[in-house]
Amino acid sequence: MESALILAQQIKEKKLGCVELTRHHLDTIKALEPDLNAFTSLQEEAALARAADIQARIDAGEELPPLAGVPMAIKDNICTVDAPTTCASKMLAAFTPPYNATVTEKLLAGGAIPLGKLNMDEFAMGGSSETSHFGPVKNPWDLSRVPGGSSGGSAAAVAAGEIPYALGSDTGGSIRQPCSFCGVSGIKPTYGTVSRYGLVAFASSLDQVGPVASTIEDCAAILTLIGGRDVKDSTSTDHLPDFSDAFTGDLRGLKIGIPKNYFAAGLDDGVAAPILTAARQLEALGATVAEMELPLADYAIAAYYVVACAEASSNLSRYDGVKYGFRPEGVGSLPELYLSARSQGFGLEVKRRIMLGSFVLSSGYFDAYYQRALKARRLIKGSFDDAFRDFDLILCPNAPTAAFPLGENCQDPLKMYLGDIYTVSVNLAGLPAVSVPCGFSPEGLPVGLQFIGRPYGEATLVRAAHAFQRSTDYHLARPALTKGGTAG
Amino acid sequence: MKIDDTLITYLEDLSRLSLTDEEKLDTRENLAKILAHIDKLAELDVTGIEPLSHPFPSVNCFREDEAFASFDRQTILAAAPDQKDGCFKVPKTVE
Repeated sequence: MESALILAQQIKEKKLGCVELTRHHLDTIKALEPDLNAFTSLQEEAALARAADIQARIDAGEELPPLAGVPMAIKDNICTVDAPTTCASKMLAAFTPPYNATVTEKLLAGGAIPLGKLNMDEFAMGGSSETSHFGPVKNPWDLSRVPGGSSGGSAAAVAAGEIPYALGSDTGGSIRQPCSFCGVSGIKPTYGTVSRYGLVAFASSLDQVGPVASTIEDCAAILTLIGGRDVKDSTSTDHLPDFSDAFTGDLRGLKIGIPKNYFAAGLDDGVAAPILTAARQLEALGATVAEMELPLADYAIAAYYVVACAEASSNLSRYDGVKYGFRPEGVGSLPELYLSARSQGFGLEVKRRIMLGSFVLSSGYFDAYYQRALKARRLIKGSFDDAFRDFDLILCPNAPTAAFPLGENCQDPLKMYLGDIYTVSVNLAGLPAVSVPCGFSPEGLPVGLQFIGRPYGEATLVRAAHAFQRSTDYHLARPALTKGGTAG
Repeated sequence: MKIDDTLITYLEDLSRLSLTDEEKLDTRENLAKILAHIDKLAELDVTGIEPLSHPFPSVNCFREDEAFASFDRQTILAAAPDQKDGCFKVPKTVE
């Protein structure tokens, strides 16, 4: 798998044909999909037509944006007029939106070649990509294991070389944890950096779209392409990161904190070890690394699941079988239509979260659960504000374990939720974070480190991640699956 | 907290969902476990803390008042499961 920026350069220099590259990736997808199931749909003809158009523009001497001509794919909760947008749910299995998401428009304007839509947990609710209506995604490093979630299709497809880069979304770790499980790089931007217009809403105060790619430089280029204020999303901001000074490889003056309490009971030694080794590498590059505490981590899961489910129960009330989405046959009345469409259209995890959200918002429980969670959210945000008075970055894991076996956590949702311990507070506080590969567990599975930064501090995150990648080769390791074209 | 049939029925009603017997069993068991974990929040001293519903609260996000075309009716109706005479079609609402 090559970096998207390098491929784009080769296309511009006419060392690589855009159509030829697109065909190569479509062929790779067709060869690997029976094993991986990373895609929900392919748009082969449209992709080849776009590739031919981009090639013609290059041949005509037109100046094109940095990633023009490079194939990619889009998580299936991001609206695309040319392709179904299913959220990996029966509810939207036949839905093609009447409009593009703002990020889709920006990709197309940037000359991207979308090849298809990527599989995920249903409505992005999960950490394993197993709740998809279209079946689970497999981890290319070990097909008996999950790729993480909810952007499991995005991370697995990039790791397997099916596509050079992808878009994912992150509500509570859904970009960072799958990147960690699959050995690829990703950015969860500061809340508001990327427009949410056309991202199917799960939890609106937490959701952000972000890039998944093989290098952090690619991720920075993709974020530059998709970010910026959008009049269609009034929570989007003008704080587009400037990465011009981020690629020096020098970390002198950078203060990195390691939260001691994150490296306590519950974290696998096989995950902790490569991250602590990475800390020494960062010191060698000039950074100062010191232990610190991030209090309130024990309350993050509780606060997050109250807030996220409350917002989800409200957002998902729009699915009623009337305007779009699944409608069952033979219903006699309007109330019966609502009930049947929702009961048959949603999977069990989505129903659980809607019911939990309804519960915490209901009369009698609102103060004890929802209001209290919002107060905890303010305290958690405050604990990060305190930490960033002393440190520029926080270094920590993305997940307590490496990729776990398929089916292991399916019957125990609380166990699945507890796996989000290191990622959800970032969303509650609206902060940016990156996940980059930093080694392997004793089983040979990828492990990623997480850097958390100040609001709008993406350039600092990328500076640290780039220096780390420039001096290590973990991000270049590829699963055996792609080497011979068969499952390894 | 105890999740009994009355609460499950109430939540089904609030959520416009009708669970199968198997789903009800699952929900009773798992909702109890999840809420037992969430009850940790009761340990936190939140006296005098204001709720935070949005990471970066903002007000009055203005844009230029520009006229632009909306979607045409057929484009929107194309996604509807059923339609008639340019409208969404639903079962009879008034007996």
